[in-house]
Amino acid sequence: MRMDLIQPFIGSLDAVLAEMMQSPVTIADLSMEEQGYQRKGTAAVVAFRGQIEGRMILDMDPAAASFVVGQLGEEPSDPSEPIVLEAVAEIANMVIGNAITQLNDRGFEFKVLPPAFLTEEQCAKAGQDSEATILRFETAKGSVYLNIAMHYLARRNHERVPAAVS
Amino acid sequence: MKQFEPLTRKSDEKPVRYLIVDDSVFARKSLARLVESFGGELAGEASDGVSAIAEYERTKPDIVLMDITMPQMEGIEAVERIVQEHPEARIVMVSSVGYQDNILAALQKGARHFVQKPVKPDALYEIIRYVLNDDAVTASAGTKELPQ
Repeated sequence: MRMDLIQPFIGSLDAVLAEMMQSPVTIADLSMEEQGYQRKGTAAVVAFRGQIEGRMILDMDPAAASFVVGQLGEEPSDPSEPIVLEAVAEIANMVIGNAITQLNDRGFEFKVLPPAFLTEEQCAKAGQDSEATILRFETAKGSVYLNIAMHYLARRNHERVPAAVS
Repeated sequence: MKQFEPLTRKSDEKPVRYLIVDDSVFARKSLARLVESFGGELAGEASDGVSAIAEYERTKPDIVLMDITMPQMEGIEAVERIVQEHPEARIVMVSSVGYQDNILAALQKGARHFVQKPVKPDALYEIIRYVLNDDAVTASAGTKELPQ
């Protein structure tokens, strides 16, 4: 998997978490996985199609997700409460929105599908389709996992211009 | 949450009334808390472009915070329709997707400004203050100096 394509997602999650968690964020771990992915907390998946195709899973520890919701003055008792799911989905939306904005500026075009929540079983299946890069971000309120799998389908527009042949 | 010096309407010094449009409940609640910290009042909420138009007609807010990607009708089309009927509408786009094309399209349809998510409270406050004091009837991208 091309790291230059993953980097916008990493930078984007780093920036979004720093804002949402109101504390510094560090990347604690990076791994590759070809087997099923084990969900750690509340997870949402966002798929994208176009010159780059793939999907991103955002998986938040219950404590981290509860902290975000707590900023609204709400205290969820269960990580599966609708407002917690909404919060994780919105963070996933922000991460992918910021990442694809950067990739779009580099000439890539693609479409993002609406986020969907993942059960443990769906998570395990989602991890079986292709090799995924998994990053664990450590925040003051718990861990957040970014699981990303993608493949590059087409050259960017400016790369399609045929070379001059003499 | 940080409290800001209250923003008021120029005409009568009353609290600014906001319409918040986003398909995410979490995003709407976050923005509602934010505008309360600006001293504002929530006039209404909508989760798509179609209901945004209806809510605008019903509430006549001072400021609309409008997402772009939404079901049924996207934010840019909703901006166009609202501004056609109400050229004085003050609409700020709030979206995680900051494509130049999207921003330009929204401004050309009549949005006054654009803010990328995650929203930084200080930045949004300054933008709303700017938009409230901007008496131009229609926005014109490229001819205005917009705050960053």
